[in-house]
Amino acid sequence: MRWPDWTADLMGRLLFVTRLAARDLRRRPAEAALLLLAIVAATATLTLGLLIHGVASDPYQNTRHATAGPDVVASAAPPSVAGEPFAEPAGRPADRAALEVLAGLPEVAAHSGPFPAAAATLDAGGQRVDVQAIGRDVAVAEVDQPRVTDGTWVADGEVVVEAALADALGVRVGDQVTVNGQAFGIAGIAVTAATPPYPIASACIVPCLFGDPPPGVEPPDGMLRDPGLIWLTTADARGVAESADALSYVTYLKLTNPADAQAFADTHMLDSLGAPLLVPWQQIVDQVTHLERNTERTLITGAWLLAALALASIAVLVGGRMADQIRRVGLLKAVGGTPALVATVLLAEYVGVALIASAAGLTAGWLAAPLLTDPTAGLIGGGVEPAMTVPIVASVTAVALAVAVVATCVPAVRAARMSTVSALADAARLPRRSARLIAVSSRLPASLLVASRIAARRPRRVVLGVVSMTVTASGIVAALAANAQLNAQRGGAAVDLQSDRLGRVLLVLTVMLIILAAVNTIFVTWATVLDVRHTSALLRALGVTPRQVSVGLSAAQVFPAAAGATLGIPGGLALYVAVDPDETLVPPLWQLLAVVPATVLVVAVFTAIPARIGAARPVAPTLRAERA
Amino acid sequence: MSDPSTEPVLRAVGLCKKYGTGDGLVRAVDGVDLDVATGETVAVMGPSGCGKSTLLHLLGGLDRPSAGEAWLAGRRIDRLGERALARMRRTGVGFVFQAFHLMKELTVVENVELPALLDGRSPRTARTRAAELLDRVGLADRARFLPSALSGGQRQRVAVARALSNEPLVVLADEPTGNLDSAATADVLRLFEDLHESGQTLVIVTHDERIAATADRLISMRDGAFVDETRLTGGTTGNLGALAGLDG
Ligand SMILES: Nc1ncnc2c1ncn2[C@@H]1O[C@H](COP(=O)(O)OP(=O)(O)OP(=O)(O)O)[C@@H](O)[C@H]1O
Ligand SMILES: [Mg+2]
Repeated sequence: MRWPDWTADLMGRLLFVTRLAARDLRRRPAEAALLLLAIVAATATLTLGLLIHGVASDPYQNTRHATAGPDVVASAAPPSVAGEPFAEPAGRPADRAALEVLAGLPEVAAHSGPFPAAAATLDAGGQRVDVQAIGRDVAVAEVDQPRVTDGTWVADGEVVVEAALADALGVRVGDQVTVNGQAFGIAGIAVTAATPPYPIASACIVPCLFGDPPPGVEPPDGMLRDPGLIWLTTADARGVAESADALSYVTYLKLTNPADAQAFADTHMLDSLGAPLLVPWQQIVDQVTHLERNTERTLITGAWLLAALALASIAVLVGGRMADQIRRVGLLKAVGGTPALVATVLLAEYVGVALIASAAGLTAGWLAAPLLTDPTAGLIGGGVEPAMTVPIVASVTAVALAVAVVATCVPAVRAARMSTVSALADAARLPRRSARLIAVSSRLPASLLVASRIAARRPRRVVLGVVSMTVTASGIVAALAANAQLNAQRGGAAVDLQSDRLGRVLLVLTVMLIILAAVNTIFVTWATVLDVRHTSALLRALGVTPRQVSVGLSAAQVFPAAAGATLGIPGGLALYVAVDPDETLVPPLWQLLAVVPATVLVVAVFTAIPARIGAARPVAPTLRAERA
Repeated sequence: MSDPSTEPVLRAVGLCKKYGTGDGLVRAVDGVDLDVATGETVAVMGPSGCGKSTLLHLLGGLDRPSAGEAWLAGRRIDRLGERALARMRRTGVGFVFQAFHLMKELTVVENVELPALLDGRSPRTARTRAAELLDRVGLADRARFLPSALSGGQRQRVAVARALSNEPLVVLADEPTGNLDSAATADVLRLFEDLHESGQTLVIVTHDERIAATADRLISMRDGAFVDETRLTGGTTGNLGALAGLDG
């Protein structure tokens, strides 16, 4: 059987395009590898960011469902003097009646409590932590009935420990603990949706403090610090309390419309002394997923920065390669290649690389995701494997393809439109001429004269250099700001957990940004070296030393890089504010100031090698080759 | 016409340049001895591939010999470091290439002043000097043109002006008329005669007998070595038959 003509034609063309692209990639394995690296870094980060989305909120929803989780947690503590959060108690009991009033409101479909809650210190196996000890009925509650995952529910003389706290302390059912000095056995381990799992900060039922106090404020002696949660019988809760007046109370409310919980809280939370504190369930989800959301935001932002850098890499690479592609384009056209074919050949190569890179990035992101989503013992189904979905695969691939196409399409279209004769004569890439710059640079020493004229030949490449360094420096400055924020927040187990993980993510992103920027710098320098080989050979024939040429080549990169780094400082701070509007902390001034000289140093080092190789090329063969 | 002084400004002793090894070995320059006196014009002729360009590159310090010595103004240059060589080229040597090798993005006057700027002259001095040189090569009215707007002969005259920018000890020209038609060749020829008259030391590689005829001395090369030497002014040495043979 014969294929119809158009199929044969198509197959032939496909083969031709694939073959040309593959040959070209194989001819330049280092460039292909660097390109792959750039796109893999961006796609892997994006994959991670997308995978983490929803990893924590799903287990919370499971838990909420399984424990009849409350829509609003209402609690009343003994009022403190003048309502100051860190002031001494005013010596009056908590306003239990206000909780009863709330429970009777028409929007409330069901409730449980009020339950007494005592401030306590838990000693278990040589460890001591503060806990909120909530007294509960032995009978099943209609709202917030913690799900016992091991052992049994509360009984007199026996406590139930919140699962994440038990996990952190390493205690098990049957272990002996003391609560405010009284001995208890552990009856069970349970999970709840009414507070975030230990050690994540939650609303305090008993007056407490998560993390470090604000500067200059001394919390009162007895105030709980980073408390965990235990349940015991109401009688035992009263028994461990300092006095009956020191007890707080908590009521769990189910609303007829759970979506209105925030509005309910806003309406009924009074500003008066000792008025109940209302916490809607959405706020608990926020606290539970805060870490994941921060990580996700950081990753997605990082992915965009990396994608921008990858875009710059490809643009530089493609632009630099045009020099030797032009003759190829001319030949292709001379033998009858259509403009479309020429453009396809140029695009095919980078689209191929992008496809391979996005597959690698998806895999890498998927493999790395569990590192950022370690199981949270306090939730049902916590630590589930992040799921790879079709939309994630599609969006990551689309981003990679977009990067390749955007970076390639301008040169591809230009090549396709170029006249065959001028392509063959290689006249299509006449360098730019800037009369003012030429006049100004006449006053400079030889190497700077060389540098400025090299830079002026290819203004677009200079712009790419500036942009790529601005992106990198912005990323680094934003990471510094985030890091300063993390350091300022240190203190408290939950914050430390968050700081450690986010700190690691930031470090990895920063390292990737630096690697990609280094790759870009090498690309730009190498493209420039190739582009100016005739000029530098000629300059050397006119008596410029190789050192002056290599210094010039380096300087032509260093100055745009310094400009980019300088722009990156405000850029990074703006980025940080845009990503995380509520937390604004400027990193130490010395770190900001160090960004520019550090960039200059790093760029100088990375350009030195290609620049030296370029400058050391023998003169005679280069000038000879130019005639060929 | 200036008297050749006794101390040669340019000197080659047993100069060799080999490319490749084994079967692929090419002796591009093979044991060349040469003395060029100050103010002298030497023409080098020979069939294509006999090593003329290579010799010129060795003499000008663009390339290093495999063996032998190259001297400029009493200084041995084949052992110099890249940096010292570059300095030497900057002030001691002016190159004129067959392919002109002008910078496409610089105007005529900017091309000519470039060597002076590289040598650290002030922009004003460099510009004045460039204008003088352009006047001398008859292109004062083209100073602000880009090379692409000039004819081949005009481009080559710009290249000559550039070579003269730092008043070099010697101008080395590699087939300066190789890409030119006869009218343009006549222009460049006149320019070289002019230089010769003003006492500029010149080594010209050429296929053009009219250029060769302006020289004090004519050297013919074959397979990397000198096969004949003819003194065209102040008496003739060597055999004229070989010279005639070059035409074929
Ligand atoms: N880089 C190189 N590698 C190997 N061989 C070379 C190289 N450069 C020149 N040659 C060889 O050296 C010989 C001399 O070359 P050269 O360019 O000096 O000749 P030429 O006399 O200038 O020729 P033409 O008149 O055609 O310009 C030639 O045989 C050439 O093939
Ligand atoms: Mg030659």
